[in-house]
Amino acid sequence: MKGLMSSAFVILLVSGILLFANYQLEHKAGRAGKDTITVYNWGEYIDPDLLKQFEEKEGIKVIYETFDSNEGMMGKIEQGGTAYDVTVPSEYAVQMMKEKNLLLPLDFSKIPNVQHIDPYFMNLPFDPNNQYSIPYFWGTVGIAYNASLLEGQTFESWESLWDASLRQKLILVDSAREVIGISLNSLGYSLNSTSLQELKEATDKLETMGPNVKAVIGDEVTQLMINNEASVALTWSGQAADMISENDDINYIVPNEGSNLWFDNIVIPKTSTNVEGAYKFINFMLDPEVAAQNAEYVGYSTPNKAALSFMDDEITGDERFYPDEEARKNLEVYENLGLETLGVYNELFLKFKMGLR
Amino acid sequence: MRSKNPLRFIYATPYAAWLLLFVLAPIAVIVYYSFFDLSGHLTLANYRNFFTSIYFKLTISSFWYAFLITFFALLISYPTAYFLTKTRHKQLWLLLIIIPSWINLLLKTYAFIGLMGVYGPINALLEAVGIGSQQILFTDFSFVFVSVYIFIPFMILPIFNSLDKINPTLLDASKDLGANAWVTFKRVIWPMTTDGVKSGIQVVFIPALSLFMITRLIAGNKVITLGTAIEQQFLVTQNWGMGSTIAVFLIIFMFLIMVLTSGKKGGIIK
Repeated sequence: MKGLMSSAFVILLVSGILLFANYQLEHKAGRAGKDTITVYNWGEYIDPDLLKQFEEKEGIKVIYETFDSNEGMMGKIEQGGTAYDVTVPSEYAVQMMKEKNLLLPLDFSKIPNVQHIDPYFMNLPFDPNNQYSIPYFWGTVGIAYNASLLEGQTFESWESLWDASLRQKLILVDSAREVIGISLNSLGYSLNSTSLQELKEATDKLETMGPNVKAVIGDEVTQLMINNEASVALTWSGQAADMISENDDINYIVPNEGSNLWFDNIVIPKTSTNVEGAYKFINFMLDPEVAAQNAEYVGYSTPNKAALSFMDDEITGDERFYPDEEARKNLEVYENLGLETLGVYNELFLKFKMGLR
Repeated sequence: MRSKNPLRFIYATPYAAWLLLFVLAPIAVIVYYSFFDLSGHLTLANYRNFFTSIYFKLTISSFWYAFLITFFALLISYPTAYFLTKTRHKQLWLLLIIIPSWINLLLKTYAFIGLMGVYGPINALLEAVGIGSQQILFTDFSFVFVSVYIFIPFMILPIFNSLDKINPTLLDASKDLGANAWVTFKRVIWPMTTDGVKSGIQVVFIPALSLFMITRLIAGNKVITLGTAIEQQFLVTQNWGMGSTIAVFLIIFMFLIMVLTSGKKGGIIK
């Protein structure tokens, strides 16, 4: 009994000390204070060195948190609780957040660097006149493949993913719209299809791809491809860029039938308590040299036209990641289809995954 | 009944508050949400949807995998626990089995990705003994294997405790009265350890029904459990109503399992 009491006392004492230390640390960091901003971004989506540069330049401390899905991020913003000052939703999520009144309109006079953004990427249908958002990165959905593990397939068409030679080789991304999108694209339908008939046709076709599917996973795919553990993967362009930079045998292609063109965009959510700081941060990130450094680090394509001249020609001249306007014609931007249709997509996708062996 | 001790009321307060705030209230909220559709209308459609759509099939496959995991965990744990009670430093051996369960589940899962990979040590071994490299990761075998590994400590502990409590003179008596080893096990040891086995089954089967990270990382989503479906409804589809409905069914199933495996207490050692 005595032993029990003393160990209980020790545990309490240690917890107390840790609590105090934590309080001191947070106090020093000035959490939620006037000179901090909280940035909520995708994982591995910024050069951490830039955060330091920003802190030194503006004297504003950055608290950096990450998320791995638009939906998860929106959930946290909607619940409130943490005062996020800047976040980075994808285009359809910008639309959803707009409808739910989760965004603050942007004052462009406080973001002079917005002039560097390529006009091609401004004023897009999901946010007319960029009232709430500024593009941060953009990219495509395509196929990453390791030629050394294959027998000469080149994936110019989505159809080639159905080829019997890929049995148990294909890795898909765990996301309904991208996977059903393969089928919709190969059938010539829109990626924003809401027709139940077309979706049924697409998932029926997708089911015949089942024997080729090795796994349906998330970001783990990058490591599997780099380690030669997998040979073909449906993936986003930036993820493919990560793979290519580590493993020379990997290539990336967007099939001819077309694919998805996506944008992640900087916004100021309604939870912001330091709007001025948020503007300073956005303006800093749009600075051409900063944007160039960030794009080289992250690997996705930057919409910042002025930044391109600060970047390696090898990167900006790469048609796989910076397709010209002609090549972009076949690409389609996701629209917000509404929760009802999103539910249909996900239920069909769940059914597809359940059918996998 | 009159309380003998007026302080008893005060003693019970923390427990009652805990029960109300962290058990009853959340369940009530889940049940409440399950009656709403996407546009916030009161409806029973979620429940109809559960039985008509893929979720019913999903439930059956979840049960099947949870059964497999529990079965193999029990198959390994019972002899192990028995063996442990016979060793000299049993507490030390038990500790060695328990220590891995202190390590974060996700870390262990990632370790298995490396171990089971095409170029991982398991395949290297298979190659060396002449079987040849196999696709281990992203199969239902790997899913059951990793899950069993994770749950084994939870199965061993209650069985070990009940085995350890058996009075050795009872076994001697059984022998003296002419029972052979098998009869002793069947008539003496097993009946006295069923409580341990039952609580072992509870702590393995119930969480196994709703495992979800492992389904993606180890099984590559080729195995889908109720947990995956709930996660998807809340995070991706944002249909809290449907997610809550699946959760309500999960709670009902868990409750049924608790009832089935608790049974009547008592017996010789009580």
